Parts: sequence; structure tokens; C-alpha cells
Amino acid sequence: MATIIEPTIFELSSAGRRGVRMPASDVPVVDSLPQHLLRSELPLPEIAEVDVVRHYVNLSKLNYSVDSGFYPLGSCTMKYNPKINEDTCRYPGFLFSHPLQPIETVQGNLALMYELQEWLKEISGFAGVTLQPAAGAHGEYTGVLMMAAYHKLRGDSKRIKMLIPDAAHGTNPASVGMMGMQVVTIPSDDRGNVDLKALEAACDDTVVGMMLTNPNTLGMFDENVEKVISLIHGCGGLMYGDGANLNALLGIVRPGDLGFDVMHFNLHKTFSVPHGGGGPGCGPVGVSKTLLDFLPTPLVGILEEGNDEEAPFYGFVTPPNSIGRMKAFHGHFGGGMVRAYTYIAMHGPDGLKDIAQYAVLNANYLQAKVRGHYKIPFDRICMHEFVAEGRFEGSDVRALDVSKRLMDYGFHPPTNYFPLIVPEALMIEPTETENKDTLDKFADALIKIAEEAKTQPELLHNAPSTTKFGRMDEVKAARELVLCCWLPENVELN
Amino acid sequence: MNTPSNLKYAKSDEWFDPATGKVGITDFAQSQLSDIVFVEILVEEGEDITAGKPIASVESVKASAEIYAPASGKVSKVNQGVVEKPELINSDPFGEAWLIQLDGGTAGDLMDSSAYEADSASRAH
Repeated sequence: MATIIEPTIFELSSAGRRGVRMPASDVPVVDSLPQHLLRSELPLPEIAEVDVVRHYVNLSKLNYSVDSGFYPLGSCTMKYNPKINEDTCRYPGFLFSHPLQPIETVQGNLALMYELQEWLKEISGFAGVTLQPAAGAHGEYTGVLMMAAYHKLRGDSKRIKMLIPDAAHGTNPASVGMMGMQVVTIPSDDRGNVDLKALEAACDDTVVGMMLTNPNTLGMFDENVEKVISLIHGCGGLMYGDGANLNALLGIVRPGDLGFDVMHFNLHKTFSVPHGGGGPGCGPVGVSKTLLDFLPTPLVGILEEGNDEEAPFYGFVTPPNSIGRMKAFHGHFGGGMVRAYTYIAMHGPDGLKDIAQYAVLNANYLQAKVRGHYKIPFDRICMHEFVAEGRFEGSDVRALDVSKRLMDYGFHPPTNYFPLIVPEALMIEPTETENKDTLDKFADALIKIAEEAKTQPELLHNAPSTTKFGRMDEVKAARELVLCCWLPENVELN
Repeated sequence: MNTPSNLKYAKSDEWFDPATGKVGITDFAQSQLSDIVFVEILVEEGEDITAGKPIASVESVKASAEIYAPASGKVSKVNQGVVEKPELINSDPFGEAWLIQLDGGTAGDLMDSSAYEADSASRAH
């Protein structure tokens, strides 16, 4: 039994304790709520303010974050989140506005949203952008809805298949599944590109389109991306770009110029909005001219042009064939948009290009350092991330063991077991924000661990040994889903 | 790796027993997936299924995988035992961990045990 170093907030509860004492009601108390809707029990923790603060501060000390160390979680782009973002998103004008306020009173907010739409269009080469989607997968679903609406409006009802490479994020087939479409998996070739023969064979008049992440989850820029797009367009399909890996392309390549019809941005990856706590993510979607009329409503538009003296008057506009609303209000404004706007404004066009170049340079530097110690299955110049194999000749060490051992060296592990096409995958994305010293220390740790895997494998199997808790039993955790601190009566713990 | 010679095998790592109509996933598949933590069977007793269509999904601590029908026919039984104890797939993939049983059943494009052994060995890492 592991030592409990911090009880749950419920275990800290003591009947009658209070953080805040409410004043007596100064209006008559009426007892008009229907009796059958009232709960007899509501087991919320009763706890003093100081104990709440200590509880969460203690928990936060157990956490590992980009503010405490290197976080090379592949495909997640765990870059440093500049603190100026926290300053701007707390400007009172942003912080204390309400989405239902009359538009004359929130012109500053609307100007920021309009400009962010314009900037994302410029960065990606698309004709229009919606800021509404709440996260990347929500953006995917928005994009797939628009693709379906496009075919439907043309009376092209045969199209039910979405082509998805085997290296794709799981959210791609999930978004397609939510639409009731069929997923057709397209294999990768031995250079990590989409297999063109397999793609050609799958292209017919039942294809809705294709969802492609470029660079893909192997960190490879698809060398035939223009051919892939022309095959999809050739059979009447539309090309979806998963923007998860846009960090590698900023200022270098614009997906809209390559021929993509629609793409989501992950503001919480590329544009330094914090990940974590389950949100808020932010997944704006850009579209080419083909899908412009299908964008969700409302978009921020200019209702009256400005002049030298007066700013434009901003408001909401609805595209003619809009798929409708994707969210009750306008998306994650303060949480996502203000921070991303700040980040883009602070960097400017040249700065954004630097980001992509340093992200790619850092990944290639790490790849070069660990090559020879770890198998690199798709070994060519990578983009912002690369995938290595966490297994060694004559050793029973696996990727999970390598990752757990990295924690002993003070690093957050990379993404494990993804993409699925690489056995024992370790997917490593350093991002542009790390300096050479950090990269060297991380590479040294990886190299030392590869050595330990051969000479002292038990060190890896038993890792981590320097953390508060040792190796978690992931199998037990997944098989016995007991997630609450009161056990339901019919559950027995083994 | 265990590959019983009385069974037929799909490239996607399912087995089919022509004698009993039972269907499951192979020892090779379970070894690649590692500890199985969840099984969902997507077809019901009495349902007609077609070879190549999804019949179940399994999840391990590493990945989730779709299981495709290696044969066509009417489902006569669904194994609730394996849904309740997913770890059976790891311990007894060809025995207690059968997923569904077909009434007769017509095999799809399947391999014999030696062809499957060669095919899975080429994919083994």
C-alpha cells in the first residue's frame, strides 16, 4: 500500500466547517421548490479556506508542467506559454465582458476576434476562419460537417467514405464515426508518406474526402502531398488537414496554398494557449473558397467600414449555407483567443517563421543525438518531432520502461505507443522553446537509459524510483474502474 | 507463439474454427496488444454477419483494436464471459476467450496455420 501523501478533499471534510459564512437573507425565504426535486443528501466537502488552499497547493507540487521542466510529449506541442498571455487575457475589458452584451459595447473584443480570424487566414492561406470550435477534435467535427454539407448541397449523396492514413490521430476516425461515415484506412509507405498506390485504389465517387496530418505523426512532411491532394480532388473529394502539427510549418508552408480545403488549428498547441486541466482548448477552422459559404455562424465581420478617423464597426455575420452554430456563444475568447492573439502579435511574421525553424532544428538535433542508440524506423530529416523505438536487441525492455525511467532523470516522458504503426513507439517533440543545454541533458538521459536497458534492465522495469509514487499498475487501473472515493454498494475491491 | 493447426486465420489476426464456428483473436494479436482491459462485442445473437465487418473492439493499455469477422454466417452465441473477464484473451486466446460462435459459418479469405505463422512472423517486432 502506497503512503497517502495528500488525502482527497472529501476526506478533509469536517461537518460544519466553512470557508465562507453567508450573511442572513435580506429577502423573505420562500419554500416553493417542488419537494420531489430536492435532494436529501448533498455530500459536498465542508472545509475552511486555508485548508482548501493548502490542499490544492500540495497537489500542485506533485504536478509536472511546462513551467517546471522539459515536456517532449510528441504531437502535443508542449511549448512554453509566455506569461504576457496571462496579463492580456486579464485586461478588464476582456475579462468582464459577457457574450450577450450589445455589440456596440464590446467593439474591442470583436476587433480582436476579427483580427485573429484575419491572421489565421494569412498564416494558413485559407479564405475564411471560424473561431468557434472548443478544441481540436471539435474543429475536426466542424470541418467534416462542412464537407458533408458541401456534397449534400450538390446532391452528391453517394459519398460516405473518409480516407484516413494509418498514422492519423485517433480523433480523425472518431470525428468521421460521429458523422456516420465509413473510415477507410490508407497505409503509409516505407518513407512514412501516404502510400500512393493504395490511395489511388481507394479513390472513387463514394469518397467524401481525406483527412491528412502534414507533417504526420511520424514527424514526416509528406513528400507527395500535392499528388495526394490532386488524387482526392480528382475523384471529387475534399481535403481535410489536421492542423495538430502546424508548428512545423509557420511562415514556411501554407496548407491553403497546397490545396487543402479545410483545416483546424490547435491554438493550445501552436499558439501557446495552455493545455491542461482538460481545457480550455481552442480549435478554429480555416476553409478554402470551396467551403467558405458553409462556415458556422456567427463569424465576426465588419458591418461598417472605418476611415482615417473612425475604427470599423464590427458585428456578426452569417455565411449563406452555414452549418449553424458549433457552440452556444463565440468560442473560448479569453482562454484561447486573447492568448493566441497576444502570442502572434508578440512574434510577428518573422518570429513565427523562427518558431517553425527552431522547432524543426531542435527535433533534428535530438534525433541525430539518439540515432545509433535507438532505432529510428523512418530515418530521414524530420520536421518538429520524430519517432524512435523503445526496444533493444536481446532485452525485454519496452517503450513504457524507457519512459518511466526518464522520470527518474527528471523529464516528462514522450508520447508512448503512438503512432500505432511503429512498434514500441516513443514520439518526441522538443518544441522551439528548449535551449541546447536542455536538449543535451535529455539526449544524455536517453542514451544512458539505452545503456541501462542492456546492462541493468531491472532499473527500467522498476522505474520510476525517485518519484513520490513508484510504477503505477495501469492494467488494474483500467480493469477496475473505481473513480470515486465512496464505493458504490455493489462494488468490491479485490 | 501458439498457432493451432485446426484453425483458419485472417491477416487481421482473427481465428475461425470451421468445426465449431467459434471466432476469436490469435495469440500473436494478444501478445502485440499486451494486457487487454476491455472487450465490447458489437454483434448480437441471431444477427447475420459478413466476413471483414467489425464484430468487436478490444482495448489494451497500449492501444484499441477493431476485430473483424473472419467468416460470414448467423451468430448463434456471444461469449459474455470474455466481456466480463477481458484478461482471458491474454491467458487463453484460443480457448475460453472465443468471442462469438457462428451457426456453421462460411470462412472468408483465410490462411492455414503455417501460412499465418509465416505472415505474423514477418510482422513481428
